[in-house]
Amino acid sequence: MENTKPASRGFARHRREDLIGKTYTYLCVLMLIVVIVSIVYFVASKGLATFTKDGVSLAEFLFGRSWNPTGDTPSFGALPFIAGSFVVSMLAALIAGPLSICAALFMTEIVPGKGKRILQPAIELLSGIPSVVYGFIGLTVLIPFISSLTGGTSVGYGVGAGALVLSIMILPTITSIAADALTSLPRGMREASYALGATRWQTIYRVVLPTLAPSLWTGIILGIARAFGEALAVQMVIGNAPFLPTSLVQSASTLTSVITLNMSNTVTGTVQNNVLWSMALMLLFMTFVFIIAVRLLQRRNKL
Amino acid sequence: MNAKTADKLATGIIVFFAVLIVAILAGLLGIILFRGIAHIDWHFLTSPSQNMKAGGGIGPQLFNSLFLLVLTMIITIPIGLGGGIYMAEYAREGKVTAFIRLVVEVLSSFPSIVVGLFGLLLFVNTFDLGYSLLSGAIALAIFNLPLMVRITEQSFRAVPREQKEAGLALGLSKWKIITSILLPVALPSLITGTILAAGRVFGEAAALLFTSGMTTPPLDFTDWNPLHPRSPINPLRPAETLAVHIWKLNSEGVVPDAKQVAAGASAVLVIMVLLFNLVARWFGRFVYRKITASKRME
Repeated sequence: MENTKPASRGFARHRREDLIGKTYTYLCVLMLIVVIVSIVYFVASKGLATFTKDGVSLAEFLFGRSWNPTGDTPSFGALPFIAGSFVVSMLAALIAGPLSICAALFMTEIVPGKGKRILQPAIELLSGIPSVVYGFIGLTVLIPFISSLTGGTSVGYGVGAGALVLSIMILPTITSIAADALTSLPRGMREASYALGATRWQTIYRVVLPTLAPSLWTGIILGIARAFGEALAVQMVIGNAPFLPTSLVQSASTLTSVITLNMSNTVTGTVQNNVLWSMALMLLFMTFVFIIAVRLLQRRNKL
Repeated sequence: MNAKTADKLATGIIVFFAVLIVAILAGLLGIILFRGIAHIDWHFLTSPSQNMKAGGGIGPQLFNSLFLLVLTMIITIPIGLGGGIYMAEYAREGKVTAFIRLVVEVLSSFPSIVVGLFGLLLFVNTFDLGYSLLSGAIALAIFNLPLMVRITEQSFRAVPREQKEAGLALGLSKWKIITSILLPVALPSLITGTILAAGRVFGEAAALLFTSGMTTPPLDFTDWNPLHPRSPINPLRPAETLAVHIWKLNSEGVVPDAKQVAAGASAVLVIMVLLFNLVARWFGRFVYRKITASKRME
């Protein structure tokens, strides 16, 4: 009997320690789930109030071109902002996509080792620069430059400036994902191609890029997602006029810029305020769309 | 065009773009630092900002940014650590784990402005914390949690299996193994990751506009009682951070020297982020050497 006593006391301590560990980590995970559920619930309940309580029709919100929330006959067409968000983020990806993939190729295929030592810190620094600083540089350097390019016919604000600023901001996202994908490619695939007498470009173009296409698209979509949700940098350079973007150098708006500018100027509970929450809900919805797209792509991953 | 020429051309284009990226970075840093540093002196870093006339500093904003960072990390680190340990040690592959992984992924892709709006709705209005450091810190913690979870999970997974098995062979409980064996080994990369995450918090503005607010009450730096409204460390006072200040200067721009102040503040912000990067790398390596007695970090 005497021998079992210390052992059972040891087990009791053992169990107590494990109970503490389990409780602590499970609580933390529970916290994450509570946070995400409450974000979706609260934003959705406010965002849907525009349609359920204030009687704005969903069709008007999504497809209406006229934004005049405080007029005598108020109109809540958010199409200019939805279009603005899509146009700037797509344009940004169009600029940043090829650049990032080239950067990743440079690090892994052209100058492996040395190229990575130079470019990797550069990319990390680019991702570390805060978005307001990008906005400030865009405002004070890019805008006057664009204005002078148009010969002074435009002030320079618009989706063009927004897309350029965003493209630099999403470059690190796409580059690091593309570089990770490229390094994960088995050596044998490249070597097989070289053994057949293919040049480096032929290997990249015919073997490396097609094999990694799903991963590269993942990077680009995550880049678009980041651009879509970016608020302040875009708001500072896009001009903030509530019109459909028809030219690169014409003042426009995005969902995020409208929320940023109007949230503190409207009274909680009014339709003018609720419609901003509907836009936030739209941002949440698009986040889910982007994540689903990424998941679908990962399933097609050939590696 | 034959294959050799195409190869040369493609290589040339790729190298050109790589050089272009480095040039963009150099240009950006050059512009930020060159225009900003001329404006930075002791007076600029310590004196309060001006609302109407020129000559304002960024003292309170700089303090707010640092203090908010501390508050945020106090909330983020314990929860993120627990979540990451769960993912690395407790989670069994299956539907539940896949779901939690999805939660972390979704949370990390939420636009920061949406997190800020959620903070406005729940903490500022519903819990009646008002525009305050505390609301801002909670919003930033939510924004930073997924990153912290990922950093913790990766650091714990990188610990060699044998170390854990040795602990199991000694009959230690799982929690004891985690805290006494795995945590010390994972610590260097945890510290590096945490400091890098902190750098991200430092530059964030969109989530703070509607949580910690766009104003700072006049602060009395001799009053350190956290319950006094003018005390710098009162967590329930509104606090405009450095990043928010830069945004406000540019979008309202009432002061005549808004551009110069913004340039100086941007330079300070970027220098801080660079410092975070350097310190993260150096400190991680330092801790690693201290606790393992090896020269190089794997």
